[in-house]
Amino acid sequence: MTERDDLVFNEMLNGAEVRAAYESLERWHKSMPDEMRTLKQSEAENLFKRVGITFAVYGEGGDPERLIPFDMFPRVFTDSEWRKLDRGIRQRAAALNAFLADVYDRAEIVRAGRIPEHLITRNDAYEKAAIGFRPPRNVYSHIVGIDLVRTGADQFFVLEDNCRTPSGVSYMLQNREIMMRMFPQLFLENRIAPVDGYARLLKKTLASVAPQKCDSEPTVVILTPGQFNSAYYEHSFLADLMGVELVEGQDLFVEGDFVWMKTTEGPRKVDVIYRRIDDAFIDPLCFRPDSMLGVPGLMSVYRSGGVNICSCPGAGVADDKAIYTYVPEMIRFYLGEAPILENVPTWQCARKDEFKYVMEHLPELVVKEVHGSGGYGMLVGPAADTSTIELFRQKIVENPSNYIAQPTLSLSACPTFVDAGIAPRHVDLRPYCLVGETIELVPGGLTRVALTEGSLVVNSSQGGGVKDTWVLAE
Amino acid sequence: MLSRTANHLYWMARYIERAETTARLLEVGGRNALMPDIGGGFRNDWEAILRANGTLEMFNDKYGETVQRNIETFLFFDSDNPSSVLSCLNMARENARVVRTALTSSVWDAINSAYQELKQFQRTERSKLELSDLTEWTLRATSLIRGCIETTQLRNDGYHFMGSGFGIERGDNTARLLDVKYYVLLPSVSYVGSGLDQSQWVTLLRSMSAHRAFSWSYPGELTAAKIADFLILNRKFPRSLLSAVYQTCDHLDHIGRGYGSVSPSQAKVREILAELAEAGVKDIFEEGLHEFLLRFMRQNGELAHTVQETYLQGTPT
Repeated sequence: MTERDDLVFNEMLNGAEVRAAYESLERWHKSMPDEMRTLKQSEAENLFKRVGITFAVYGEGGDPERLIPFDMFPRVFTDSEWRKLDRGIRQRAAALNAFLADVYDRAEIVRAGRIPEHLITRNDAYEKAAIGFRPPRNVYSHIVGIDLVRTGADQFFVLEDNCRTPSGVSYMLQNREIMMRMFPQLFLENRIAPVDGYARLLKKTLASVAPQKCDSEPTVVILTPGQFNSAYYEHSFLADLMGVELVEGQDLFVEGDFVWMKTTEGPRKVDVIYRRIDDAFIDPLCFRPDSMLGVPGLMSVYRSGGVNICSCPGAGVADDKAIYTYVPEMIRFYLGEAPILENVPTWQCARKDEFKYVMEHLPELVVKEVHGSGGYGMLVGPAADTSTIELFRQKIVENPSNYIAQPTLSLSACPTFVDAGIAPRHVDLRPYCLVGETIELVPGGLTRVALTEGSLVVNSSQGGGVKDTWVLAE
Repeated sequence: MLSRTANHLYWMARYIERAETTARLLEVGGRNALMPDIGGGFRNDWEAILRANGTLEMFNDKYGETVQRNIETFLFFDSDNPSSVLSCLNMARENARVVRTALTSSVWDAINSAYQELKQFQRTERSKLELSDLTEWTLRATSLIRGCIETTQLRNDGYHFMGSGFGIERGDNTARLLDVKYYVLLPSVSYVGSGLDQSQWVTLLRSMSAHRAFSWSYPGELTAAKIADFLILNRKFPRSLLSAVYQTCDHLDHIGRGYGSVSPSQAKVREILAELAEAGVKDIFEEGLHEFLLRFMRQNGELAHTVQETYLQGTPT
């Protein structure tokens, strides 16, 4: 794909000048000899390998324990840039939770005619078992990952929301650890807001949503599908940082009105389950009967207030790409505020007039599956050849409601180490917002970078890498 | 602690111990093969090694003839052989990987590095790898893991589950190593005391890194009785059956104390301990060394079963 460099917002530059926030990084990379850079890069890789941060790519074979490429050039936000993002992210997380509490209650937003009913009730993620039950503090999505892109100095767009179990936060934490270890000088020269409070905040958040029947210090656990899951490292990493047990379905059982874990000292009651498995696998009695990952009877304990499940079953109804269009509406409806962060303009192929526009402009658009994730099943019009575009046209015609389209945004670029020094590469940002008794957000997030020149796809499964993300304190 | 976590720690330890034993068996085999071939010695020796490893049948099915190179490959690299050094270290690492949070980073590092190095060996041309280098490497790698556990792990229940795993596996393995010598190399008592016999006993001592320790502990003639006493009943020798059982007992007691309850596994280990502590070499030879070892392995197996049932299955009680 070709693009004109002058159209891309380079986060380091203001015209031809280096922005103040990046000055020390400019000196840093210029004074670093090539050999040093190669050395540091392999040092970083070794550190990642030793701590064992790996991820697996489904269905591709190869090494099941792959390293995610780490780019040493940090991405920087100024304090004022971050303040706006911070407010916008918290606002969005609050609205998404208000929406979830509403759709499983009286669905006022539908009654008010602001969101079409079928988008909710006919959504696969809509959970009938969740209707009429109020989870503790009325919070459904406790960890909200909001994917953001930037197109200009003051222009940010929300690309998508993740209300279920957004992953990647371990990279945010480890990228920082590794940068601090390798380049302590940078941290002396810059006032970089720390992110290492995340685990403490996560634990606090989870403990704050303990169920009614819990009358002592709540026991929190993380429920993982097991060591073969691609994010297993993250599950064990978070459990370790929080000092809570990492359990699998087989470690839990239901007896009486509670959920118990099997320990060497006998059963121990569990109050809050931060689950990293999908709704469908939580409870074979309630959802997929063939699931080996879940705990039979868990849902009935949940519904009777014996345990809390984070995120709550059914939270996914707020984060699909068709609902996404309505998030600004939710913010106005529930919070009575103007949205601070903008949505990317989105055409719903299910709507006749918009379908027509999409068909006529396919080569310029990005087309996504409504329920897709991970950058799969996606068309990047300007980068695709004619036959791929025609293939997608067919798919959209066959099932229009399965697709949405967006303009191809000119994503901002951030300096990134390449063979010949540094070069701009496209980036996005995923901050992790915690919702419990309070709404918390550590200053930073995971910056993903498309390492291939010109590429807009930042997903780790498709050649993306990660960067440390700095928020400079005032 | 989660029963599953305890289970993984326990089995991690058992596999590390087992990897070491397989390497020691290989060392015995390699050395025995260098001895003069008397009475069909060579072939039988390797067969005995495979029998002790519990894999004679599997080897015969897969390779047929007992060619030394094949046996080496089978015992070290073959992932179909569950007792090969490679399989054991893979299993140890898999168990460790699942419970990363229960291990210190230096323990994980030692296990993971061993795994990475082993993968490197796999890529190396087999003819460039000396058997003695491989066995030495294994002993070094497992010692490093052990050392990291000793110096960095918190002395909590997890530590003692690892300790119990090491103890139970070691008891079993010493009995097996000993049984190789007795069961096959000494088919008839008349061999005892012959020149060949002595050199093979020494090989056995060597395989447990106990050759010199033995000489320090027992002056005078090298006799079967002394060696049996050393490997079975001597508390000063860390690989003796008695030491292994004491070790297991100590760890199980710690667990019981920590949980404030006496468990059936403590009763079981005490039973074995009491018997061993009372036994003399004469009794053992009267019962028959082979019979005695078999009985010990069975009891030790029952102990393992009890530990599994008491702590590691997490059956709701």
